[in-house]
Amino acid sequence: MSVVSELRDLKNAGKSRGDGKAAFWFLLPWFIGLFAVTAGPMLVSLGLSFTKYNLLQAPQFNGLENFKRMLGDERLLHSLGVTFLYVIVSVPLQLAFALALAVLLDRGVKGLSFYRSVYYLPSLIGGSVAIAVLWRVVFGADGIFNQFLGIFGIHGQGWISSPNTAIWTLIALNVWTFGAPMVIFLAGLRQIPVSLYEAASMDGAGKWRQFRSVTLPMLSPIIFFNLVLQIIHSFQSFTQAFVVSGGTGGPADSTLLFSLYLYQRGFRNFDMGYASALAWLLVLIIGAFTAVNFWASKYWVFYDD
Amino acid sequence: MTDLSTATPVATAKKPAQKKMKTSVFFSWSSTFKHAVLILGALIMLYPVLWMVVSSLRPNDAIFGDPTLVLRTFKVDNYVNGWNALTQPFGHYLINSVIVVIGCIVGNLVACSLAAYAFSRLNFRGKRWWFGIMLVTIMIPIHVIIVPQYIMFSKIGWVNTFLPLIVPKLLATDAFFVFLMVQFIRGIPRELDEAARIDGAGHFRIFTQIILPLMVPALGTTTVFTFIWTWNDFFSQLIYLTKPENYTSSLALRSFVDAQSATDWGAVFAMSVISLVPVFLVFLFGQRFLLKGIATTGGK
Repeated sequence: MSVVSELRDLKNAGKSRGDGKAAFWFLLPWFIGLFAVTAGPMLVSLGLSFTKYNLLQAPQFNGLENFKRMLGDERLLHSLGVTFLYVIVSVPLQLAFALALAVLLDRGVKGLSFYRSVYYLPSLIGGSVAIAVLWRVVFGADGIFNQFLGIFGIHGQGWISSPNTAIWTLIALNVWTFGAPMVIFLAGLRQIPVSLYEAASMDGAGKWRQFRSVTLPMLSPIIFFNLVLQIIHSFQSFTQAFVVSGGTGGPADSTLLFSLYLYQRGFRNFDMGYASALAWLLVLIIGAFTAVNFWASKYWVFYDD
Repeated sequence: MTDLSTATPVATAKKPAQKKMKTSVFFSWSSTFKHAVLILGALIMLYPVLWMVVSSLRPNDAIFGDPTLVLRTFKVDNYVNGWNALTQPFGHYLINSVIVVIGCIVGNLVACSLAAYAFSRLNFRGKRWWFGIMLVTIMIPIHVIIVPQYIMFSKIGWVNTFLPLIVPKLLATDAFFVFLMVQFIRGIPRELDEAARIDGAGHFRIFTQIILPLMVPALGTTTVFTFIWTWNDFFSQLIYLTKPENYTSSLALRSFVDAQSATDWGAVFAMSVISLVPVFLVFLFGQRFLLKGIATTGGK
């Protein structure tokens, strides 16, 4: 059961009480963490978003000033554009690859565990500095990507150093890590009863028809789950853009993902009030995307239970 | 493309030899094609990484301009140069990473399992609300927490120590693992607890002597994921560790790249490879736990 379906079932759970004392001690670290490290700071951050604060002087309340400032902040608007492009292109591509490979690997392929490992590995290392460094070289002007293009007579440019293409190298990197959703798809495919395929083939359904009429609907809750999580995850991408651009978001702000801009505001300029407001903007954006996803899900997600 | 009887979910994965005789020739042709596609895809996926490993063993002037994986000379100079290129030997940064990783693993194992026991086995007032809050915290972006957290940790003088990275884990803030363990404990038969309770065992004894030993697979999953995520972590380390002597391997590698400005790429690659080796090893030996964890929770 996934987090998403768990939240769905929550409202049906019954009331319960009884082991209060023991529960208190077992949950004590978690309670402290919730108040001091997660939910508490979250509320403080909401308060700070209405202030001007540079760490040295006490926070000064300035009302909606930070939010008004956003409207005229061209770097912010640009950064949002870059981030939307990044998320909207890379997540569907990533899931499409994940699904295609999962379906290919699902049908009793010899060496399944070998292939699964190989395709899964990039998603474990894709977020590391080492791979971001590698990307910087692979897509550089004299990188191996251009040398491969050279074989076909194409003279490539410096993909990282050109503002038109730099973000696409980051998109490629995100797509490269399709192994994690692929493994989730593989686990989901196992749950589909064999009898459904047998019935479909008895009715004369071909491969493609079976995929469309059995696999896709049966897998739709998991596709939905992956979609929600990957969107949330991708909106927060930071390391790759930071390393590839040397922390600047360049060239010409073309890789200035939202997280990177927030980092620059908060931890380079120590503009903590504005950074908090930006963080809440991110929460709102992610929340809106998730809400739209949940709303849209009733038109395409098929729940068996 | 393939025989319909093999178009079944992974149930057949363990015995792939089940094919219908009459279509076996056709099947094996399409199977070969499929393997060709899979191997080609795997090569494309891994090519950049393999190239980095090979390039780390090449002299600097031979790295660019050679997209092949053929190693004509075998030189470890890059490793020696890279290891000593920064103010401290690279091992210093690796040790820092190891300290942070171990702290986070211990924290997650202890704190998350305690919380998971309460959520899965104890009845208490407002349980479903707390559980709901716990689930929601899984999805909170770190950005909305990091600014006040940074202010708090800097006020108590923890910036440039490993404490801001480790202490939150001791407080079960990686709620994903709480959820994972709750899922696992729910699968352990309650009869076991009840038998122990009849024998007079309290919750702490039931937890330590019955539940913990039975949830080793979930603890394994937690260990492996915590290792990889902490090892690869960059954002929070970048914020809390600003003095070079406190750098972890991620931060050291990044400062190496920025300092070099495209001169000694061989050495950079060598240290990149070294920083990836622990992840490879954990993946190799912990794969079982990784896949199990993903299957039980739907992954992260």
